[in-house]
Amino acid sequence: MSENRSIDQGRRNTIKAIGGLTAGALLPAPWVHAANNTIKIGYVSPQTGPLAVFAEPDAFTLGEMKKALAGGIKVGGKTYAVEFVVKDSQSNSNRAADATSELILKDKVNIVVAGSTPATTNPVADQCELNGVPCVTNDTPWQPHFFGRGGDPKKGFEWTYHFFWGLEDVIGVFTSLWSQLPTNKAVGALFPNDSDGNAWGDPKLGFPPVLAQKGFKLVDKGRFQSPADDFSAYIAEFKKNNVEIVTGVLPPPDFANFWAQAGQQGFKPKIVTAAKATEFPAAVQSFGPRAEGLSVEVWWSPVHPFNSSLTGVSSAALAAAYTQATSRPWAMPLAFKHSLFEVAIDALKRAKDLEPESIRDAIRDTNLNTIVGPINFKKGPVPNVAKTPLVGGQWKKTAKGFELVVVENSLAPTVPVKDKLEAIKA
Amino acid sequence: MTEWIDTLMQGILLGGLYSLFATGLALSFGVMRMINIAHGDFAILAAFAAIAVVEPFGLNPFVVLLVVAPLMGLFGYLLQRTILNRTLGKDILPPLLVTFGFSIIIQNLLLVTFSADTRSLNVGELGTASIALGGDLAVGVLPLIIMLAAVAVLGALQWLFSATPLGRAFRAASDDAEAAQLMGIDNRHIYGLAMGIAMAVVAIAGVFLAIRANISPADGPARLLYAFEAVIIGGLGSLWGTLAGGMILGVAQAVGLKADPGWGILAGHLAFLAVLAVRPNGLFARTRDR
Repeated sequence: MSENRSIDQGRRNTIKAIGGLTAGALLPAPWVHAANNTIKIGYVSPQTGPLAVFAEPDAFTLGEMKKALAGGIKVGGKTYAVEFVVKDSQSNSNRAADATSELILKDKVNIVVAGSTPATTNPVADQCELNGVPCVTNDTPWQPHFFGRGGDPKKGFEWTYHFFWGLEDVIGVFTSLWSQLPTNKAVGALFPNDSDGNAWGDPKLGFPPVLAQKGFKLVDKGRFQSPADDFSAYIAEFKKNNVEIVTGVLPPPDFANFWAQAGQQGFKPKIVTAAKATEFPAAVQSFGPRAEGLSVEVWWSPVHPFNSSLTGVSSAALAAAYTQATSRPWAMPLAFKHSLFEVAIDALKRAKDLEPESIRDAIRDTNLNTIVGPINFKKGPVPNVAKTPLVGGQWKKTAKGFELVVVENSLAPTVPVKDKLEAIKA
Repeated sequence: MTEWIDTLMQGILLGGLYSLFATGLALSFGVMRMINIAHGDFAILAAFAAIAVVEPFGLNPFVVLLVVAPLMGLFGYLLQRTILNRTLGKDILPPLLVTFGFSIIIQNLLLVTFSADTRSLNVGELGTASIALGGDLAVGVLPLIIMLAAVAVLGALQWLFSATPLGRAFRAASDDAEAAQLMGIDNRHIYGLAMGIAMAVVAIAGVFLAIRANISPADGPARLLYAFEAVIIGGLGSLWGTLAGGMILGVAQAVGLKADPGWGILAGHLAFLAVLAVRPNGLFARTRDR
């Protein structure tokens, strides 16, 4: 009996709580709620599921932010405490949209930030645009983000801002990387049937027209369904066409399959530049000795000559602090997570009050040197977008294991080059 | 011509891996009539368990497999006895729901324990070693080992099922659980053993997958579909049928891939549908429908 009673009591409390929440939700202006000395920053991230590797630096970054913002920030002459409300997108775009609307409607956040692939940034930004809440996103090439959301280059968006590089950058980096070595200029493509693969292989906006113009011959068998267990059809085609350069944008397991089968079937390209698969040190480690010589685009590295606007920490120091705190190697998303909060806090500090319109205007006027480079939404290729620098790197063997060394910087000369591209040793 | 031989060969070898994944599923489906939604996740779990042992001690993955497979077998037995047996009954839904829950729990446990990084089991030179067959043909040593392992596992299981008292008990429990109990067979124990064997085999599959490519905690569900298809194509209750099912699936995918990469997976599904349409019980079905 007593058990029943306690359940009943629990139910009553729950009903009371729901009542309280509903009453809160009925208040007319959402920001009135947050106005009692706390600014709420909503953060949506794929902490679980297939994209979770992008969210690995989350806990560390949020810890650093809480430390840096312990004294609160001043907005319009008044000091506010800063609170982070973190939601997991579960690597699912529907869930990301739900999480965002929860942040907006239930938690009543003042600003939403999000990162990591179109599956996160697009639904989050769409929800914010719909509800009139300021939003900053990154870590999705700008075309899939802007055009993927049906953006009009003439009008742009009202509430949502995004910073990252674009397809034109990665094409530029890859082609100038490949020009460093004498090859027959035959490029084999591994593009999966997903938003990235389709964008990269797009006959108008992707690699094919630029490669043709620069004198490369593209061997593209078509889009494969990921995860794929067998790449022998691609390898046979590449061998037949005497391919010396392999490129693609594919998940680590697919690339591991391809690279192992290439070894088994005696296919030895001189250059392999695979985005996504070789961006993460941990994934590269898992390829074993055959990781040596793989090349990739680099959006951030410890040698990038930038400092945090919030903590003043340098790229090298941020990477070292991360490794010390988590005993994990640095990864490119680390700095991009950091920069999301840099941009958000900078905008909040410049806002004249906490009205959504004031925060939005402050974001629009952003002109900030962040840990991933300068960010200015007025200088982007389309409205609401800022571009960050992109360079090329190669995984080289050092005493400590594999290190990503910058070998190409034609598009971002501020990032120092340390070495030259070398052909993969057979 | 050599290109087509190459395609066929790669497809057949890929079938070896698929049939290893399918065998465990065929066992639990065949003996308990239980669909284990977490099957793929258990494979990934076993692979991570192997990685946890291999990485700090620098052991050979094949040696570690000798430890991980029996451990997973024991785990499977206990899991069946303590939890899964309670879900069995006339209603097929409870085991589906419970194993679906396991799938989510395993993925997230792995994520918390091992982080979201992709990992692999490194076998060094062996990973890319191949045997040249003249012309432009080469067959990878690793896929060959996987195929041989699949044949060995299935051969051993076939012997167990057809020539031992335990196998007879498995078949009896499968054909008529109640009558088997009347004959003094303890179904709960038999089911536990069947799940134990299924888990040991899926551990082999998971470890080979991690040797062959690399894995991350969320990779399990993708493995379930092919395993299912291989079981259905081969037919319930037929172990060699499972091998044939895996090979048919592998070859269909390889041929599809050769025609157009977008058709690879689709061709596998089409082969599966074609078998379902022509022989709904599978090509080599031996289990009676209840």
